[in-house]
Amino acid sequence: MQTRLTINGTPHDLDADARTSLLDALRNHLDLTGTKKGCDHGQCGACTVIVNGRRINACLTLACMHDGDEITTIEGLGQPGNLSPLQAAFVKHDGFQCGYCTPGQICSATAMLQEVKDGWPSHVSGNLTGAMDLTDAEIGERMSGNLCRCAAYPNIVDAIRDAAEVKA
Amino acid sequence: MNTHTKMDAHHVMDAPDHRNRLDDMAQGILGTTMDRPDGPLKVTGTATYAHEDHPAGMLHGVLVRATVPRGTLDGTHDAAVLALPGVRRVLHGDRFLRNPAQGTANEAPVQGSREIFYVGQPVALVVAETFEQARHGAQRLVLQMTPGDAVTDPTADDIAVERDPDEQSSMGDLDKAMKDAAFSVDQTYTTPGHTSAAMEPHAAVAWWDGDKLTIRASAQMLKYNKNEIADSLGIDVRDVHMLAPYVGGGFGGKLGISPEAVAAALAARDLGAPVSVAMTRRQVSEATMRRSETVQQIRLAADADGVLTGIGHVARVSQLEDEDYAEPVTQATPFLYRGKNREIGLELVRVNATCAGSVRAPGEAVGLTALEIAMDELAVAAGIDPVELRRRNIPEVDPSDDKPFSSHTLEAALDDGAKAFGWDGRKTKTTDGDWLVGSGMSSAVRVNMIGESHARVTLNPDGTLLIETDMTDVGTGTYAILTQIAGEMLGVTPDRITTVLGDSDLPESAGSGGSWGASSAGSSVFLACERIRQEIAKTLDCDEGDLTLKDGIATAANRQVPLAQVLGDAPLTSTGVIEPGKTSEAVRQATFGAFFAEVGVHRVTGEVRVRRMHGSFAAGRILNAKTARSQCLGGMTFGIGMALTEAMIFDPRDGRLVNGDFGEYHIPVNADVPQLTVNFVHERDPWANPMQAKGIGELGICGAGACVLNAIHDACGVRVRDLPATLDRILDGLPEV
Repeated sequence: MQTRLTINGTPHDLDADARTSLLDALRNHLDLTGTKKGCDHGQCGACTVIVNGRRINACLTLACMHDGDEITTIEGLGQPGNLSPLQAAFVKHDGFQCGYCTPGQICSATAMLQEVKDGWPSHVSGNLTGAMDLTDAEIGERMSGNLCRCAAYPNIVDAIRDAAEVKA
Repeated sequence: MNTHTKMDAHHVMDAPDHRNRLDDMAQGILGTTMDRPDGPLKVTGTATYAHEDHPAGMLHGVLVRATVPRGTLDGTHDAAVLALPGVRRVLHGDRFLRNPAQGTANEAPVQGSREIFYVGQPVALVVAETFEQARHGAQRLVLQMTPGDAVTDPTADDIAVERDPDEQSSMGDLDKAMKDAAFSVDQTYTTPGHTSAAMEPHAAVAWWDGDKLTIRASAQMLKYNKNEIADSLGIDVRDVHMLAPYVGGGFGGKLGISPEAVAAALAARDLGAPVSVAMTRRQVSEATMRRSETVQQIRLAADADGVLTGIGHVARVSQLEDEDYAEPVTQATPFLYRGKNREIGLELVRVNATCAGSVRAPGEAVGLTALEIAMDELAVAAGIDPVELRRRNIPEVDPSDDKPFSSHTLEAALDDGAKAFGWDGRKTKTTDGDWLVGSGMSSAVRVNMIGESHARVTLNPDGTLLIETDMTDVGTGTYAILTQIAGEMLGVTPDRITTVLGDSDLPESAGSGGSWGASSAGSSVFLACERIRQEIAKTLDCDEGDLTLKDGIATAANRQVPLAQVLGDAPLTSTGVIEPGKTSEAVRQATFGAFFAEVGVHRVTGEVRVRRMHGSFAAGRILNAKTARSQCLGGMTFGIGMALTEAMIFDPRDGRLVNGDFGEYHIPVNADVPQLTVNFVHERDPWANPMQAKGIGELGICGAGACVLNAIHDACGVRVRDLPATLDRILDGLPEV
C-alpha cells in the first residue's frame, strides 16, 4: 500500500502491507529504530511519536492511515552533538538508565510541554481553564503513559522541569 | 581470547586490600556525578539495541506458543501456513529451548518442542519476509497437542515437596525460645510471582557466514551466553560471536539465553539468511523467567528488651520440572539479626508454569520484605520504635557461623536514613483530608560478591584510552564507571576515553547480574590500569606510588612529562583479571541500607499513595554518584510495585498466565512514584575488591516493599501479609467512615 509520510521534515514514500503499524513502518521499513517497541499494545509508551503536533503511540495506528501526515520521531528532535533542551536535560539528570523507553519519554515530554502551554488540563489540574502550573504532580500525571522499568521517574520529572524552565 | 603477557595483571582476592589506592589518584572524576558517556546516543535513539541492526535480506520470525500446560505436540499443520504469502519456513524440533538458561548456567537449558511443560512454551517459529506475514502465519499455525496431567496449583495440599539439605539449617531450640519469649511473632506471608518486565522485549538477530554465527541479542552475561548458544546449537563456541552493546534492561530476565535467540539462529542457518525474532510482551511474560511466588512462615522470639532470641524462616517456592533453581528466599536471614535459636528452610514444589529464575535481587527482594514486615509486627508488639528494634538486633558477627563481617553499616544507614527522613517528627496515625497518613521503615541487606572478570586497557601515544571487555551495560552505568575508573587511574579526561562493551570477542567479564558487575568488571579495569601505571613509573624511574597522573601529564619527583612523551610511539596495553578468592569465604560480605516511607491510605477507597520515600545505603566506594543513585531509585520503585500492585496471576485450573501485559501486570508509573531521596553512607570495604566497592544494583529493592506496607499499617491499622496491598486487601480493615 502506497503511503506518503513526512518524517522529520523528509518525505518518504512507503510501500508496505496494509497491516503495518506506524511503529513497524518506522523500524522495519525506514530503519528509524529510535522509536521503540516495548509492548505493541499501547500500554508502555516506548513508541511515542508526534503526529501533526500530537503525541501518539505508533504501535496503535496503521502506517497507511497517515498518508500526508507530518511525523516527528526522536531522530528529528536532536542528534548527538546537537541535543534538544529536553534531550540534554535527560542526560544531565539521568532521566533514563537502560535507555529503551527514553525516546518515547522525550517525544512524549516534548508534546506534553506544548499541551501545558496550550492550557490543556489534566486529572490533577486545579481547574479546567486558565494557565497551568508545571508542578511535579502535573509532570508525573501527564507522563504516566510512558513506563520506565528502570524507574528513572524522579529524574525524568527533574529533567522535564529543568528543560521547561530553561525554555521559559 | 585472553592471552597472557608480562603486561597482564592477575589478582586473586585472597586478602583484604586496605590501600584505598583510588583515594590517592588525582584526576578527580571517580565517584562524581559524571554524565553517562552513552547518554547522547540513548536520548537520540541512536544506541543500537538487539533488534536494531537489520542486515540486508533479513527475514522475520514469530514464535508460536503451546496452549496446554502439559502434554505432547504431535504435529503442526505447516502446509497451510507455508502456503501463505511471504512465509518461508515453519520450524520446530529438538533444539528449540523449552525455557531460558538460568544465570551462569553456561550450557543449554532443556530443549525440544515435542513435549510441552507449560502454557506459553515456544514450540514453533514461523519465518516470513515481513513481520506482518510472519505474525499472520504464527497466528494461523494449528498445533496438534495431546494434553497430559499438569500440576497448576503450587498450594495444593497433596503436592510433593523437595527439601535440599543445603538449604535447611537449625540451631538451638526455636520452639522453646518462642515459648519463653517476652514478645513473639508467628505469621505466614505470601508474595506472588513477579516478572522482570524490562522495557526491551527479548529479541535476537542472527546470521551465519559459513559455520560462523553472529547474533545480536539482549543479554546480560556474554561469557556464559555464548556457551549456552553453542551448546544449544551443537556448535563450537569459537564459532559464536555475540553482540549486545546496549541492553534495554535486564533485571535478571536476560541472565541466560532465551528461546528467541536459539530459534533465530536455527532459522538463519536453515534459510541461509539473517533472521530476527522478537518476543511479544506476552511471550516475555510467559516464556522467559518469573520470580517464584513464595509462602513464608516467619517466627520471631524476643526478650523484654526486644532482643531476638530466635528466628524461624521457612519458605516454599515453585519451579518447573528439571530445573534446579529455587528462589533463595532465606539468603540473608541467617546473618541479618541476632538470635541463636533458629529454623531456616527452603521448600520446593514442581508446577507446570513459566520457568522460575532470577528477578532483581533473587532471595532478599521477597525474603527480606517478609522478614521486615515481621520485624515491624514485633516492634508493635513490644512497643519499641522500629528503628531502635533493629539497632538492638545488629549482631557483632554472623550468628550462623561466627564469621566476622567485612564491614557492617546497618546502624549507620539506620541513623542516616532516620535523620534524612525526619523519623522522629514523622507523620504517624494521622489524617490529611480523606487520607489516613502514616510512616514505616525497613532494613535493606544484600549479599555481596565478585566473579572472575577480564578487561583490556590500552593507553595510546596520543593520550587516548581504550577499555575493552565483553561486560554489558543494562542501564546500570557500566560505560560511565569503567570510563571513570580508568580515567582516574591514568589521568585521562573522559572525552579521551572510549569504552567498548557487549562484544563476546572481547576479554571475558563476569557480566551483569547479582550486583557483581561493577565490582568485578571495575576491578579488572583497575588492575590493568595499575599495571600500566607501574610501566609508566618504570620509564620515569620512580615508584608507582609516587606517580601522579592528571590530564595527560605524568608528575614524578618534581618532573612533569606529557604522557605522549613517556609512551613514545608504542601504546601500553594491559589485561587485568580479578578472581574471587579467600575473602569470599573468610568474612561475611554484604551491603546494608534502610528505607523510610510515608503513605496515605484513602479512608473510603483504600487506595494507597506513597507520599515520600527515602533510602540510605552503604555499598563501599561509590563509583558514580549519579548512576548509583539511579540504581537505588529503580530498586525502591520495584519495591513500591511489589508492595502495591505487582502480581503474576496464574489460573489454577489450567496454569495459564492471566496478566502477561502491562495493561494487567501493573508496574509503577510516573505518578505512582514521588520524588524519592537517596543518601549514600561512606564506606570502604577492603575485603570486597581492590576498589573497596560493593554492588548497588539490587540493594534498593531488598526490603523496600516492607517499608511501604509497614507505613500502611501505621496509617490505617491494616496489616497486609499477602502481597501486594491491593484495595481488596485493605478495604475490609479500614475504620468506619
